[in-house]
Amino acid sequence: MLRQRWWKIVCVILLLYTFIAGFLGPVPALPILNETIRNFYFHVAMWFCMMIFFVISVIYSIKYLRKSDPVFDIYALEYAKAGILFGCLGLVTGSLWAGITWNAYWSNDPKQLGAVVALLIYLAYLILRNSMPDMDKRARIGAVYNIFAFAMLFPTLWIIPRMVESLHPGGLGSNPAFGGEDARMGRIFWFAAMPGWTLLGVWITTLRIRLQLLHDKGSYHA
Amino acid sequence: MHKFIRSSLFVFAALLAGLTSLAQGDGEKVEMADTLRSNGKIYVVVIVVVTILAGLILYVIRLDRKIGRMEKGR
Repeated sequence: MLRQRWWKIVCVILLLYTFIAGFLGPVPALPILNETIRNFYFHVAMWFCMMIFFVISVIYSIKYLRKSDPVFDIYALEYAKAGILFGCLGLVTGSLWAGITWNAYWSNDPKQLGAVVALLIYLAYLILRNSMPDMDKRARIGAVYNIFAFAMLFPTLWIIPRMVESLHPGGLGSNPAFGGEDARMGRIFWFAAMPGWTLLGVWITTLRIRLQLLHDKGSYHA
Repeated sequence: MHKFIRSSLFVFAALLAGLTSLAQGDGEKVEMADTLRSNGKIYVVVIVVVTILAGLILYVIRLDRKIGRMEKGR
């Protein structure tokens, strides 16, 4: 999987399709949002990808704690970094979108605050790791912290945003990811945008993992 | 490999064809950026965005090859 080629071609095709269909495809005509509903293919996909990468990361952290194989620790770290990258992109694009449609780039909306708290917890994961020079200790404590950070996604992203009112879609019980788009957009989203963006993130992450593995091999030989 | 690229391009073209047939379905009169599209200018944006995407993808592909060469070098 790490070095195969077919899924990278699939990724490029799906992303190209997302970008072309995302701009030229049919969208519902909505007040205030107008054409900005097309952000659905880009902004919302960032958050879904972030969640997918954090799930993969926590799975590898648990694997590390069970087997103590340093390769699992590299996987957990690089997937967490990919998740943070996509989360930051989601936050910035959301803020830009809000600036036009809510008339404020930042309005301390519960969803904005929840997302920031979740990302800060993950940034602390990187800082915590780098504060320990001992490799085994770093990997072990990092893995434990990663599980805690993942657990914090439940209140910050999945529970609180559903309980309180907000300008963002999905207050008071509905799903924060959706609102406004229609079934035609949903098809492009689920079959092109989501797999395309996810594969791009996995591609970049596997490159970083391979580089890290090379780096580690080099330091063993030295 | 060439066969695979050719068949994947075909699938991509078929997807695009499906998209245009979908686009013909809605003829309601609600104010959207239709003028921009009928003037053809939305295509400029599409070209710009696709160019950026292509550049980023090429960058990642080159990085992939480079790391692949490093792996073979050992």
